[in-house]
Amino acid sequence: MSPILEVKNLYKNYGSTEVLKDINVSIEKGDFLVLVGPSGCGKSTLLNCIAGLEPITGGDMFIDGQNMTNVSPKDRDIAMVFQSYALYPTMTVAKNITFGMKVRGIDQATQDAKLKYVSTQLQIEPLLHRKPGQLSGGQRQRVAMGRALVRDPKLFLFDEPLSNLDAKLRVEMRTEIKALHQRLGASMVYVTHDQIEAMTLATKIVVMKGGIIQQIGTPAEIYNRPANLFVADFMGSPAMNLIPAKTKVNGKGMQIEIARKDADPIVLTDKRNTDLPENVIIGVRPEDIVDAALARTDDTQQADCLIDIVEPAGADTFAVMQLGGKHVTARLHAETTAAAGTAQRLAFDLGKVSYFEPETGLRLN
Amino acid sequence: MTDMSYAPTRTQSPTTKLVLRFILYILLGVFALFYLMPLFVMITTSLKSLDEIRTGDLVSLPREVTFDAWRTAWSGACTGIQCEGMRPYFLNSLLIAIPAVLISTIIGALNGYVVAQWKFKGANIFFALLLFGCFIPFQVVLLPMAIVLGKLGISGTIPGLIFVHVIYGLGFTTLFFRNYYVSIPSELTKAAKVDGAGFFRIFWSIFLPLSLPIIVVSVIWQFTQIWNDFLFGVSFSQAGTQPVTVALNNIVNSTTGVKEYNVDMAAAIIAALPTLLVYVVAGKYFIRGLTAGSVKG
Ligand SMILES: Nc1ncnc2c1ncn2[C@@H]1O[C@H](COP(=O)(O)OP(=O)(O)OP(=O)(O)O)[C@@H](O)[C@H]1O
Ligand SMILES: [Mg+2]
Repeated sequence: MSPILEVKNLYKNYGSTEVLKDINVSIEKGDFLVLVGPSGCGKSTLLNCIAGLEPITGGDMFIDGQNMTNVSPKDRDIAMVFQSYALYPTMTVAKNITFGMKVRGIDQATQDAKLKYVSTQLQIEPLLHRKPGQLSGGQRQRVAMGRALVRDPKLFLFDEPLSNLDAKLRVEMRTEIKALHQRLGASMVYVTHDQIEAMTLATKIVVMKGGIIQQIGTPAEIYNRPANLFVADFMGSPAMNLIPAKTKVNGKGMQIEIARKDADPIVLTDKRNTDLPENVIIGVRPEDIVDAALARTDDTQQADCLIDIVEPAGADTFAVMQLGGKHVTARLHAETTAAAGTAQRLAFDLGKVSYFEPETGLRLN
Repeated sequence: MTDMSYAPTRTQSPTTKLVLRFILYILLGVFALFYLMPLFVMITTSLKSLDEIRTGDLVSLPREVTFDAWRTAWSGACTGIQCEGMRPYFLNSLLIAIPAVLISTIIGALNGYVVAQWKFKGANIFFALLLFGCFIPFQVVLLPMAIVLGKLGISGTIPGLIFVHVIYGLGFTTLFFRNYYVSIPSELTKAAKVDGAGFFRIFWSIFLPLSLPIIVVSVIWQFTQIWNDFLFGVSFSQAGTQPVTVALNNIVNSTTGVKEYNVDMAAAIIAALPTLLVYVVAGKYFIRGLTAGSVKG
């Protein structure tokens, strides 16, 4: 079976500025692909190119095996939710939702049935006779979703549909979208610059920067094995600790030495990764630095660290210290005894550690 | 307590304020009177008999109100050899202005829609040239236009005048609609494209319903321009197709013997009435349309 969407060597220029460079992505039916990246990296542009709303400079685009590179948006069998919702201001909610069906000449009975189904699902029945101007942000967002969902297309495109919502509503809608995806089994491409949204929704994540794909993978791959420093830093909150270190070969494995300002260096031994250059950047997630008393795995190695700041965050407490000239965050238990200005014995879990080449930023292990 | 004294030192006392207000209103009143004076003279003169005009004061109210002058102006005054008054020419002006206003507004709306929302190669140059067209003086186009009208076989006809006014108005109407439509987010067009709508469908279903304020602006502007036009009217018409402005000129200039000021005044008011009416009826939309902001989705 051919992939539902296949983008091959796509280039997009606006005049002389290259916005997208050699994009290659493909997704299978039922996939939830999330595009993430900082503002201005070309996410919306890529989505517009997939929809056919922007002409592309080079490359090919296949939807369900058909070459759609030069096909107009209306014939691509896609539905799209826009960053700004783009509801038709003079039409009621009901008309907004049925406009696409009306244009396509679908009979009234089917229109009514679909409208009813979708408005029930999205809980917007009481709003059907209002104009978009009379809706709250969250309601507009659901109407915009509804307009896409009545269509039952091959591919859904979402451009940051939750970016305008408050934190609580955003979490609710995120869950709703996930449920929707599981219920419909639809294929989706979803743009966001919120990496939590990306982790929770995606079956596959594309991390972009400056119009170039940095990494494609499942959320777990992206999180656990970031391909370079940019991805490591971008995905995860709090961000992965990226600490400059020196390595030495010793009998048992690789000896990792992390300098400290007012104390002896921390020395850790990695038994698995034995082929590292002398200078590396070691990437450790905050949750892999824990209270020594609570450490479980065999890979842990302990060290006393001077804690600078303690930030309780409900379920966890984050402790910040200085290692290798960087702020390093550890994710400690809520009931931790750590206190600012005192030393705490911490355990470093090297089981999921990442190493990066300092110059190129590329992953080493 | 010290906070209480912390107030701007240059506040005016209530009396000063009142006096200033008073002076302001007096001044405004004087200006209003100044501008209304000609209209006042026109109306009173048109209601006087010739005798009274000759003997009386220019600014005095009519001793005896008579509508004879109006009747003559409407259906009896002579424009050269014919003596049918303003009526046939008034009709001509309507026949010219209404289609010309409608056509130039519709085409301007489509032009503006294309330039603002369907950016094509050279759209900016196209728009710049159209704008340039707005500022070409009438006199410059007279001769070429006469030749074009001749080639099209519509010189001296009402369709010919409609054509001239449509062409000349397009620059303005396109400008109005373009500026209005650029403030509409392009994602609206994109959404409609994804929904399967084409060029005209998007215009009809999405842009036109948003356009009332700017349509009013365009209609008022075009109507005033076309109705008040004299140069095109006098250049491209012939006996029988002349607009009201040309007829007015002829009435005023072609009276032999005694000058009938009252008829002239009545004729002038008749010629100006439709534009006045349009402003009174739609004036507030005009202001609103000119200042209308972007559309909230
Ligand atoms: N019409 C245009 N002409 C020129 N440059 C453009 C145009 N549209 C977008 N760009 C540029 O292309 C780049 C990518 O823009 P895009 O809108 O795809 O970013 P994005 O990743 O969606 O950002 P955000 O997260 O802020 O929405 C930006 O640098 C932007 O300035
Ligand atoms: Mg964007």
